[in-house]
This record gives sequence, C-alpha cells and structure tokens, in this order.
Amino acid sequence: MIVRKKDRVVVLGITGKQGTFWTEKMIAYGTNVVAGINPKRAGESHIGVPIFATTAEAAAHVGADVAVMFIPPPMAREAAVSAAEAKVKTLVVLTEHIPAQDVMAIHAAAGKHGTRIVGPNTAGLVTPGEAFVGIMPAFVRSVFAPGRVGVISRSGSLGTLVCLNLTRAGIGQSAFIGIGGDPMLGTTTRDALEALDKDTGTDAIVIVGEIGGAMEEAAAEYAKTMNKPMVAFIAGAAAPPNKKMGHAGAIVTGTAGGYAGKRMALESAGVVVVDTPSQIAAAVAAGLGAGRSGGPIAARRH
Amino acid sequence: MNFEEHAAKTLVLQPAGIPIPRGIQVTSAAEAAEAAAQIGPCVVKAQVPTGKRGKAGGIKLANTPAEAEQVASQILGMRIGDYKVERLLIEEQAKIAREFYAAVLFDAAARQPLILFSTEGGMDIEEIAAEKPDAIRRLLVDINNVPRARDIAAMLKGLDLGEAQPQIAQIIDQLYAAFRSRDAELLEINPLALLADGRVVALDCKFVLDDAAIYRQPDIAAGGAANAMTDLEARGAAAGLKLIQLDGNVGVLANGAGLTMTTMDVISHYGGRPANFLEIGGEAYTKSEIALDLVLSNPGVKSLVINFCGAFARTDVMAEGVVKAWAKLKPKVPVFFSIHGTGEDEAVALVRRELGIEPYDFMEDAVQAAVKAAQ
Repeated sequence: MIVRKKDRVVVLGITGKQGTFWTEKMIAYGTNVVAGINPKRAGESHIGVPIFATTAEAAAHVGADVAVMFIPPPMAREAAVSAAEAKVKTLVVLTEHIPAQDVMAIHAAAGKHGTRIVGPNTAGLVTPGEAFVGIMPAFVRSVFAPGRVGVISRSGSLGTLVCLNLTRAGIGQSAFIGIGGDPMLGTTTRDALEALDKDTGTDAIVIVGEIGGAMEEAAAEYAKTMNKPMVAFIAGAAAPPNKKMGHAGAIVTGTAGGYAGKRMALESAGVVVVDTPSQIAAAVAAGLGAGRSGGPIAARRH
Repeated sequence: MNFEEHAAKTLVLQPAGIPIPRGIQVTSAAEAAEAAAQIGPCVVKAQVPTGKRGKAGGIKLANTPAEAEQVASQILGMRIGDYKVERLLIEEQAKIAREFYAAVLFDAAARQPLILFSTEGGMDIEEIAAEKPDAIRRLLVDINNVPRARDIAAMLKGLDLGEAQPQIAQIIDQLYAAFRSRDAELLEINPLALLADGRVVALDCKFVLDDAAIYRQPDIAAGGAANAMTDLEARGAAAGLKLIQLDGNVGVLANGAGLTMTTMDVISHYGGRPANFLEIGGEAYTKSEIALDLVLSNPGVKSLVINFCGAFARTDVMAEGVVKAWAKLKPKVPVFFSIHGTGEDEAVALVRRELGIEPYDFMEDAVQAAVKAAQ
C-alpha cells in the first residue's frame, strides 16, 4: 500500500470533472498513469491517457497494479467489483457514501481475487517526491516532503495538517497512507502500521486516529511488537457522546470507541500520544533521537 | 435514518412475513380509547426513535378504553431523550412465555453481515453482552449468499427452544432477507416473544436505514423519523450540511470531519469551548457560503475559527464562498483564519485582499486567538 513510481495506475472515472482534475495532478507529480476507464469512450484518449472499456481490458493491454476510483456511490459497487475481478493488486476507493451493503460486496470480491482495498472514503496514498494516487495535495511543497516518517490517517484534511506540521519541522515523509473514513475499511490502521513497520524506507510512524470503532486498539496490539518510534494523535477528545461526527466511524456509544480507551491502548503499547497536532513533529524528532541513542522512549518499549 | 417502532414493524417486519401484534397508531387520547375498544386489553407505547422508552414511563398497560385514554393523555407530550411524544402505538397485550433477542447488523471488522440471537431478550444487547456474553450466538453471513438453514440451526443449537425452534429459524431467515432488501444498518427484534399460545411474535423492533442507501429505498424512507434537531441544525440539514450545535462560544468552520473534530479538540485544549461541529468535507466543500451563515447564526458564538486544510476540498473555492457570504453577513464577531493545502496561495491572497485579514500560519495560533477573543 505504499505507492511507487513504477506502479501502473488505472483511473476509473477519468473523464469526469474530478477524475480529470486529479489525474492531471497525479501525472504532473510523476505517477505512472497508464489507462483510464470509461466504457462509452473506449479507444479514445483523455488528457493524454488511453481509455479502455473495462479495467480487465486495461490490465490486459497496459497492465494495472493500482486502480483508483472517481466513481459516484450508485455505480461504485460495480466498478470496484470489476476492478477486483481484473485482479488489480491495490484498489483505492475514494468514493464517500457508498451503501454499506455494497461496501460489503466490494470487500467480498476483493477477498476472493486477492485485491487490497484502500478505503472506501479515503483521500488516497502519497509517496512524497515519487508518486501519489487520490485526492491529496501531494504537489503542495509546504505540505509534503520526501523523508523517512510514515503517516497513517483516516482523514484527508487532518492528514494534510499533520504532514504540513512535519514538513515545517524539517521532517519528510516516506509514505502517507489514507485508510479512509468509512466504518468498514479494506485497509485498517493495523494493516498500514504493519506495512510501514516492514518498509525499510520508514524510520518512524505517525498514527492519526479518530474516536469510534476499534482500529486504534487493534493497531496497539501490533505496535507492541514494533521497535520503530511511534507517535499518535487521536481526534475527537472534545466530541460530545452519542453524536455522529461526519465520518461514519466517529461515534462514541457508551465507552466503546472512546478517546480514553484508545489513548490508553496506544500508550501501553509504547506509542507517544500527543494532545494537539502541533506537538507531533517534536515528539517524532524526540522518538528518532531516542531511538538512535537508546533514550527514554526506546526504553519504554520492550 | 432511524424508524419508530410502528413504522419499523409495518414497513419492514410485516412485509417480510414476520408476525407482529395487532396494533393501531394514534395521535390523541380520544383515538387511543377508540383503538383500545377495538383491540381489547392493550399496551400504550410512546413512538419515539430512541431506546429506554419503558424506563422513561413511555410504555404502559391499559385494560379498558377509559384506562387507555387516561394513560395516553399522560404519555402524549412527554419528553423521552431528545424527543417529544406525539404518536402512540395501541397494541394488543401479549401473554409472554419467553423473551428472545434477534438482530442483523454489519460487523465492521469482518466486513460482513452478522446475525445475533440470544435467549436473554428484553434487555439491551449491550447489557446482555456485559452480563451474559455467552448467551449471545453469532453468525457471519457471506454477503453474496443467504444464511444456510444448517448454519442457522448450528447457531441455535443447544438453546433449548423446544417447539419454537422452527418458527425462530424462519424468522431469522426472514429478518436477514429484510435486512438485505431494505438496506438496513441495524434490524433488531427485542423482545422476540414466545407467547403462551406457542406463537413467536416480534414485540418491539428497531430499524436503522443506511443513510447512504436512502436513495434506493424511496418507498420506506418517507416513513423514517426526523432527528431531534435545533432550528439551526435543521437549517443545516436543509442545506445538506451536518451541523451539531454545542454549548460553547468559539465557532468552528473547517473542512472534513477529522479536521473539524481536531479544531474542536484544540479549542478545548486551550481552555475554550467549541460552539458547533459542522462538516463541509467531501463534495460539500463548495457550500462554505451557507456554512459561514450557519456558524454565525449560532447565538452563542463570540469568535470564529476558519480552519481549511485542502486535500480534495479546494481552499480557494472554500475561501471564495466565505468572501461572498462575508459581504452579506458582515460578521460582528472576530474571525481567525488558518489555510493550507490545495489552493492555499489563491485562498490566502483572497482573504488578505477582500477581507483585509492575515491568516495564521499555525492552526493552534488561530485557535488560541479565537479562544482569547471569546473570553
């Protein structure tokens, strides 16, 4: 789920307004966009990209490692299932508000065909200086810079803020993994953490969590096995209970999914949890310094 | 979208073939008496889309029409949770032998539909889970399939359901079919009662329709319950914006749920109190004009933070909306900006030029200034 320059990217819904806008940004950044999909315009070319009728045809002719969807909710299921059937390795589902039962069908198809879903409702993946897939401001130089810190975030806007703060502090990023705001995600915080743990280009990891669900708790279990410094910020400390805060995941019912439980789980796994996004960069710098010198943060881990 | 009990039973359970008690919905005490005359000994049940109706005194027995009228007049107008009782369900009394729990929902971790069944009906599932976790049976279902009879039988095995077992197995099958065909987020029968005469009947039902699927359930969506909302929240909803009015004095206008929650957190961190949650993320980022109007219309607001971090949401488009609304609204409270990400150069230039305001480089600084100004 770390997107590379060599990855062949197929854009579903390339001819729409957003598909066009963001594909141009991706190409300009260096993403290897090899095909677009639109059954009505197969054989044409759009913003210099050849159009195929289906993802399977694109995969057969030009190859497809990653597919990204700019497809409205009512059509998302069909598009995603056909991309999985074309056996793309990674399918980035940007679409928000896909009916839950369609999301389940998408995950079932992905499981059957070995496709990794990122999302739904993700802002996408960025490998600064190399490639990006999705709707992140990878091209804004004040926000992203190449480096060795991996960032995992449910939210695109908050992930943008966190990368901005890191970049300002002179800390570049190895990868941004937007996992998405839906309740049923193909890639969880834990999955992303594992990928960054195994990535030799990543020295430290920032987890941007949110109240609701149990993904931070599950990630904390994995974090116990890790040696890389980790810093987390969890949004929603001030959110009132029993109110859905936009992202379907961000609702606290009773004690489940609450801020305190997530913070405690992460801290007991050796993750440094900060109160505000502006504290992230300093905590990462401290973690990297301590990691090298065997200081207090490294000592807190096993 | 939540549904009241009567709507859930008649729109979802009954068409699926699941037995429900005879009942009539009424809106006045006089109608309650009439309904009781037809039905006989009855239960008078407040119709509000929230739990704990019984504990709140919203469910009472009545043996005669006169009793029904009296009880109805007590319950009508009562407040339960955030809701005022405006409708009652007059339902025949049931002679209950046993109470079960049955539900279908989605399991976020497994990404599949999950059937739950328990012999400990009548309590909340959270209570059952806390007190008798072993009493809950679970069955994950392949979304591309239906639950197989042998899987349902295996789930119910050893529960000593006696002659009720075939009826229960059938109801679970029907409940799952209704969950699928009606795009339910949750479809719950609690209690599912075995009556003294041997019938199994759904005595209460909770149905939550997936908001993302309302567009393809037009025939039942009209039967959904309106959320309890303040006037301001209702204005937001009418504009397609999710607004939650809070009791603080620092207004928040940010894009994306994550960034908005974070802005609220940082306000609290510096000792302030957020006045609202308002999401203008996703496609809604183009609605910043109406959004500014909404946050400024909140009577408690003494200052405002506008925090844009553009990814998909273009900050230049959002800033344009704010500038447009500004000319009309002429904000009387101080406004503090922080703008970064997609379109930031244009957005910052626009705010400087048109509003004469210098956006803060750091969100925390904008928030601290706003907290101070609100005090």
